[in-house]
Amino acid sequence: MDRAATAAKIGDLIAPFNKKGTELTDATTFAGDLEFDSLTVMDFVAAIEDEFDIIISMNQQAEIENYGQLIDAVVKLQG
Amino acid sequence: MTDLFSKFDPLIEQRRALLSTGLTDPFNLVMEKVVSPTEAICNGRKTILLGTYNYMGMTFDPDVIEAGKQALDDFGSGTTGSRVLNGTYAGHRLVEEALKEFYAMDHAMVFSTGYQANLGIISTIAGKGDYVVLDIDSHASIWDGCKMGDAEVVPFKHNDIEAMEKRLKRIPEGAGKLVILEGVYSMLGDIAPLKEMIRIAKENGAMVLVDEAHSMGFIGPNGRGVAEDQGVLDQVDFVIGTFSKSVGTVGGFCVSNHPKFEIMRLVCRPYVFTASLPPSVVHTAATSIRKLMHAGNKRAHLWENSKVLHQGLRDAGFKLGTETPQSAIIAVIMPDLERGAAMWEALLHEGLYVNLARPPATPAGMTLLRCSLCAEHTAEQVQTIIGMFKRAAAAVGILD
Repeated sequence: MDRAATAAKIGDLIAPFNKKGTELTDATTFAGDLEFDSLTVMDFVAAIEDEFDIIISMNQQAEIENYGQLIDAVVKLQG
Repeated sequence: MTDLFSKFDPLIEQRRALLSTGLTDPFNLVMEKVVSPTEAICNGRKTILLGTYNYMGMTFDPDVIEAGKQALDDFGSGTTGSRVLNGTYAGHRLVEEALKEFYAMDHAMVFSTGYQANLGIISTIAGKGDYVVLDIDSHASIWDGCKMGDAEVVPFKHNDIEAMEKRLKRIPEGAGKLVILEGVYSMLGDIAPLKEMIRIAKENGAMVLVDEAHSMGFIGPNGRGVAEDQGVLDQVDFVIGTFSKSVGTVGGFCVSNHPKFEIMRLVCRPYVFTASLPPSVVHTAATSIRKLMHAGNKRAHLWENSKVLHQGLRDAGFKLGTETPQSAIIAVIMPDLERGAAMWEALLHEGLYVNLARPPATPAGMTLLRCSLCAEHTAEQVQTIIGMFKRAAAAVGILD
């Protein structure tokens, strides 16, 4: 799946977690802009892992701070 | 200069706000005198202890105390050395023999604390390139062990068998896999479906580590824990446990049937680079563990206490962490930290000590009043405790 298609899928998946309807750009941060707490992160990561059939380990999550980095990581993890 | 302490400002402010209301600091209580496994003097007041993890009440057992005193006389106050240098005394071997017998396993390795047992074993066996699959509600010592070992860490939703299986199946072929589970999860007192989880872990080629800290001595026909109770202990590669709960002193351990297990004594840094337990501690632990092998009556009484308290608090209208009593931990869920702290203080004024637990130690941001029962609590004490909860709740307005 290319970056655009991956981004579109992630866009669908994040909607229920984006409670305040924050506008999403590649620079949107999860902790700061979206105010995700650790529980939300776990549920959101699980949703992405299940959709793309991948693992995003905690080690990899630590490197992902914004929306663009997440899309890049998922593109890469799909191989 | 950046003050490295500025990251703690939100917590400092939260504490200041809470204590400015005149509340007793729930994290600074002093036990002035300890009367028995179930009673102490706090702030000059006789207090029933309901938050000690002293499940089997071994802390004042006469044989245990005597073994400790004798060891002080015979071996001195401390070893001043590592297990691999001058710190292995007769007592360390004695307690490892007792553990091997207690669990009917080939190898036992004793650490200076339970925290170090998890830290040491996990970080040593799961290294760079290996995968650790673990429950999201795992204890801090498990998380810290994962971080120190540098393995890929893959958490799954609490007790969710399907979520665990999916993650195991996604791990790249050929990678080393370790599944980490707990018998009893200490925050809510719920148990894990180990039978299913361990079967799936094995089907997917993973080794299995189970932390039985909160079940040893109490759960299972021989008190070996939840894995024994569910008939799967023989499938567990590593059992982690502690001396600071049912055994009644301090220390941690790992028991295993792995044929190469003894090499851990040379490669496990939290075992090598710290002083071993004092002789009095290992002798009290060995004596206690041997007595726990024959503690069937105490186990039965502890179950009875847990059931009665669970039912009593439920009937009184409290929201509890589990629908049914699953262990000797009963977690009472509070609406928020402020009212939880107020309820904790009201209970202390009634003469009852419980643990106030709050995020990040708790799951889902909950504030809990965590109760852990003891086999030495009398049936009468349990009824007194239920009455104290009702009066404190009325005073604070928790059940309205």
